[in-house]
Amino acid sequence: MWDWSTFFHYLHSFYLIKGAGISLALSIGAMAIGLLFGTIAALMRRSRHRLLRGPASFYVWLFRGTPVLVQLIIIYTGLPQLGLKLGVISSALIGLGVNEGAYLAEIIRAGISAVPRGQFEAARAIGMTRATTMRVVVMPQALRIIIPPLGNAFNGLMKTSSLASVISMEELLRRTELLIQVQFKVLEIFIVAALYYLVLTTLWGFVQQRLEAHFSRSVTTSDRSRGRAPQTATLGLNQAVLSHDAT
Amino acid sequence: MTPPDDARLMVEADGIHKYFADHHVLRGIDLNVRKGEVVVIVGPSGGGKSTFLRSLNHLDAPDQGWVRIDGELLGYRSSNGGMVAVSDAILSQQRRQIGMVFQQFNLFSHMTALENIMSGPLRVLRSDRATAEDEARRQLALVGLEDKAASYPEQLSGGQQQRVAIARALAMHPKVMLFDEPTSSLDPEMVAEVLQVMLDLSRQGMTMVIVTHEIQFANKAADRILFMDEGQIVEQGSPAELVSNPRNERTQKFLRLVMGNI
Repeated sequence: MWDWSTFFHYLHSFYLIKGAGISLALSIGAMAIGLLFGTIAALMRRSRHRLLRGPASFYVWLFRGTPVLVQLIIIYTGLPQLGLKLGVISSALIGLGVNEGAYLAEIIRAGISAVPRGQFEAARAIGMTRATTMRVVVMPQALRIIIPPLGNAFNGLMKTSSLASVISMEELLRRTELLIQVQFKVLEIFIVAALYYLVLTTLWGFVQQRLEAHFSRSVTTSDRSRGRAPQTATLGLNQAVLSHDAT
Repeated sequence: MTPPDDARLMVEADGIHKYFADHHVLRGIDLNVRKGEVVVIVGPSGGGKSTFLRSLNHLDAPDQGWVRIDGELLGYRSSNGGMVAVSDAILSQQRRQIGMVFQQFNLFSHMTALENIMSGPLRVLRSDRATAEDEARRQLALVGLEDKAASYPEQLSGGQQQRVAIARALAMHPKVMLFDEPTSSLDPEMVAEVLQVMLDLSRQGMTMVIVTHEIQFANKAADRILFMDEGQIVEQGSPAELVSNPRNERTQKFLRLVMGNI
């Protein structure tokens, strides 16, 4: 039987709310690591030097080609065998972050590729170095294209972060399971946990809308003045991200 | 018109060859441009005109041959008796002296007209913001667009975008200006406003190399016209010599086609 009072009781359980906070923090941390790895890998894959392209392609291939759950377990349980002992939190952050980086690398690379070649050439002709061209001309334009799929990736990551429970990271899912072992109210408590994930992703949805509006504004001012939704060429990118459902 | 200064060569291109895969696009081109001289390059599409222009600032680095800008060798330095490519930083520094205007304008789409023009002084010359902005407003006024400072490229007509692009190049105070078919993607009614800006520039003594199909403009503005085909300079001379009295058969045929009146 479904027990409403249990459900409402755990709906404002500080233990679970804290678990949700830990899930969010883990997702943010992993996203930061992912962005760092992803940006570096994206730039390396665009390099003219094979020595830079090769390792970056290998990284993307390896981490997109194996389940993140397996990666987490290898990092936490397997690496100590080689003398590399990582704590639970480090393992979760690194595992989720490095995996995410492989997906973000593709998103960032696609965003850079979408900037017309003439923009690079004009910047180079003025006398900008490669690095300045990237920073001043290419990245700001790529960002407008990257932001929507990046937002989707973070949404996915908040859910994928639940996998860290298998290496005993005390995030939302793990705390839910621990609670159930004591309380035996399986459905009620799991539904509460699911609602918390829903709250996290919904709140993020609002943030993402604001971000997208902000980054397309500077470019498509005329669209804004006419009150139209700015159009960016992100269809292919969104598809690339949608097919990435790691969980 | 400022008479060209014979003593000073602003552009020296020496034996330029370029290959795209198996295609031999440039087959040994030599060109000297004196200070203040306006050289117009005409010729059929695919003849290598744009590639040659792009080799002059190493946007397409030549596979053989050298380019000197105001006496300075572009892209290479001598080392132990041989030649080695310079670093990206040094090549970028050398490119400051060479302004370039593209067929597709290539204004930075996330920047206003003013920011586009400021971008070089600010990010390359490291001027302070106030100086860069003064300079940008001055250049914008020179191309007659002082009221468009806050407009983004997509809010400007093609002709206006191209004038902003010229202003952006001029803000770097280049020694040479390269124009790669600057009016080819413009609607006919906007061609004149861009050509007028270029004509004014030539009268102020700017050294210019221009790839264009506008023969009338070439007639009016050029000190010298080059006819290029199949990766070579087929014929060159003053407008009077080349347009009115072409010697080479290919030149004659091309001119008949573009003048469209015979």
